[in-house]
Amino acid sequence: MTTLTDPPAESFKLSMLVYDTRYRSITFQIIALIAFLLFFGWLTLNTVQNLNDLGKEVSFGFLGNPAGYDINQRLIEYDNQDTHLRAAFVGLLNTLLVAVLGCITATIVGVIVGVLRLSGNWLIARLMTVYVEMFRNVPVLMWIILAMAVLIESLPAPSAFRGDDPDSTMKLFDSVALTNRGVYIPEPLFSRGLGDISFFGAFDISVDLIAIIVVLIGSIWVSKRIGRKADATQEATGIRPTTWHIRTAVVILPTVVLLGILGFHLGYPELRGFNFQGGTHMRNSLIALWLALSLYTAAFVAEIVRAGIMAISAGQTEAAAALGLRSNRIMSLVILPQALRVIIPPLISQYLNLTKNSSLAIAVGYMDITGTLMGITLNQTGRELETVLLGMAIYLVISLIISSVMNVYNERKKLVER
Amino acid sequence: MSNTHADTVLYVRDTMLDQQEPPASTVGPVGWAKDNLFSGWLNTALTVLSSLFIAYLLYRLIPWFVSPTWDGTSLSNCREILDGHEGACWGVIRDRWQQLLFGFYPPELYWRPILTLVLLLVALAPVLYTDYVTPKLLYFSAAFPFLMPWLLWGGTVWMPLMAAAGFAIGFVVFTLVSRVLNAGISIFAAALVAVLWWVLLAAPVAHGIASVLPLALEPVASRDFGGFMLSITIGVTAIGCSLPIGIVLALGRRSDLPLVKILCVGFIEFIRGVPLITLLFVASVLLNIFLPPGTNFDIILRVMIMVTLFASAYMAEVIRGGLAALPKGQYEAADALGLDYWKAQRLIIMPQALKISIPGIVSTFIGVFKDTTLVSIIGLIDPLGLANGIRADTAWNGIYWELFIFIGAVFFIFCFSMSRYSMYLERKLQTGHR
Repeated sequence: MTTLTDPPAESFKLSMLVYDTRYRSITFQIIALIAFLLFFGWLTLNTVQNLNDLGKEVSFGFLGNPAGYDINQRLIEYDNQDTHLRAAFVGLLNTLLVAVLGCITATIVGVIVGVLRLSGNWLIARLMTVYVEMFRNVPVLMWIILAMAVLIESLPAPSAFRGDDPDSTMKLFDSVALTNRGVYIPEPLFSRGLGDISFFGAFDISVDLIAIIVVLIGSIWVSKRIGRKADATQEATGIRPTTWHIRTAVVILPTVVLLGILGFHLGYPELRGFNFQGGTHMRNSLIALWLALSLYTAAFVAEIVRAGIMAISAGQTEAAAALGLRSNRIMSLVILPQALRVIIPPLISQYLNLTKNSSLAIAVGYMDITGTLMGITLNQTGRELETVLLGMAIYLVISLIISSVMNVYNERKKLVER
Repeated sequence: MSNTHADTVLYVRDTMLDQQEPPASTVGPVGWAKDNLFSGWLNTALTVLSSLFIAYLLYRLIPWFVSPTWDGTSLSNCREILDGHEGACWGVIRDRWQQLLFGFYPPELYWRPILTLVLLLVALAPVLYTDYVTPKLLYFSAAFPFLMPWLLWGGTVWMPLMAAAGFAIGFVVFTLVSRVLNAGISIFAAALVAVLWWVLLAAPVAHGIASVLPLALEPVASRDFGGFMLSITIGVTAIGCSLPIGIVLALGRRSDLPLVKILCVGFIEFIRGVPLITLLFVASVLLNIFLPPGTNFDIILRVMIMVTLFASAYMAEVIRGGLAALPKGQYEAADALGLDYWKAQRLIIMPQALKISIPGIVSTFIGVFKDTTLVSIIGLIDPLGLANGIRADTAWNGIYWELFIFIGAVFFIFCFSMSRYSMYLERKLQTGHR
């Protein structure tokens, strides 16, 4: 007769904390936690003591004090009596401005270069390779400084535009002036504008702009509706109604009419006195940063695009052709959706890099968040701990937003396997 | 009457024709050009346009490059020499090349950075070219990290020797302890003893021996470091240290222990979320606040630490990609063989994961080396910082292309050879299908 007996109860020994896999992970984690807390506590203690010695205390009150410095390139109203907080905000907007401009240009240039690098034309492919290698293997900071130097040293001074027989003339039908003080381009003006509305008393946004955006979004939505209706008709009858002219009209006409109602015209820059007046003034620092960042990032984008296209096997094209699809439908229905899955994630991380690289603005004096908050504000208030930590936090938030967008995209486009 | 072919036609060839040469337009240079340059009206137009562009560029650039201004002493002097023609002013390079390479390092001591560079190449040789160089040189590679700071900064030889002794002591402790206890505890004990040695004993012992046997080089202050020497010093240190730290972080991020994982993820995402320039601000203004009062260590060392941390976070992500790309079967096979975690990592996982991630690792290296230029923003005189200084000099005010072409060319040579080497390594290590 057999009896079932319980296994002998194991008594807990101290050595099991290390040798028994059931406890070992907890032991190690507790050790890691203690080490981390000790290290962090050590840093905090040091910081508290150092700040005490310097007679400083951690407070963000300085953000409410008048900044006392000017920012020459700005998107919203600002003068030197505004607060440090507003100066930082102006800087943040400048960071976002150059990041958005840079991302758009880098994508356009990068896609063109990436496609041309795969071209069957030997000369073009080699030229594009030279471009990519040249920009990828030289520091971006050098490109930024070089672009700034070229703009300042090689462009004519505004005085060169003066007189009956000037040394320089404005480009593009007298609308754009390239000078060593910056580029002047025509600005959009509205003779019957709707005025501004103020947001939280902090900054003003033109109602005209909001109206145009709303109308544009509305008309794009209507155009999509028409497209979907055409899809439905095609599904039902097999014949696709021609809709492109209606859709173009729906997108363009309302906006044109609105612009007409608002009295849209361009304000051209004019030489008055020692400088150009009117128009939108883009400082050389902005142009240099924009050019250098977008050309540099475009080299990386080109490689990403090339890799993405090469990742799609030729069999896909052939299979689609065998199904009887026309070449533009092959591109839009078969190749692009697959290539984009490969291209988009690294592309977004390049956008992230470009945004972070825009902090190099400080080297050419473009007042982004690094130049305002972590530059002049730091020097004027002497609050290095607060300003640098705040600046890092702002960049961190921007990065986290961009990477969460990427994660959402990856999640939606993920291949579902088995 | 047969219906065969031979009966119905008048003539049948019964011998094969000799094989003919392909048409002249499809082979040789002409055929190649037809295929690759003129295979359609669009391609032809592109070829013509880009040839015109290249021709114009060369037409403008070659006279500019070939300009007899090597002896120019200032920009105005160059203009006199050129006498109204367009041309580069290479005098600035002749005048300042030593500065661009070495910063303000004392000229009579230039042999030290040069020797360091040569030794660096020797130390790298057994790592880079395992097929051609005897592995015995690896001992020298291990000694180089201690030799480099001594040669560059000078001072007593005992300090780096004592630092190296810490590793030796740690190793001895590890071998002794691991006979009795398991690997994890031995590593911990070895690290503890080594850290105690460095913190408490190394400096007094070094001073003690130095007072008896002073073997010292003339010290050079950090503020004299500059130019490409500074970039390479920071770059090599950051590259060398970021790989091991990155591996540890990547393993931590994939760890089963939630706490370790959280710590690693937090560190990596924080570093990757902020621009390097903010970390350099931390190095230049905040690190002194975080450390015990009275600590005031070298700005170059502070920058090196920050650049290393920055590079490690990126390296960790690259290696994590390699780890993730390994098929699960490899992990399971290692488990089935009865290997413990560290053995499995060392023998099965890491060799393959690192091989997969070579392109990413090398492009991180290139990125780090390029990013060393950012130190010019916090006031160190790397090549770009020097270029700003030279352009502010009255003699060279207004010069830019020549300087930046020189600096860009040097960076290009370094970065391009790194990327070519990684391609070579990929080809060499390629074992699988594909």
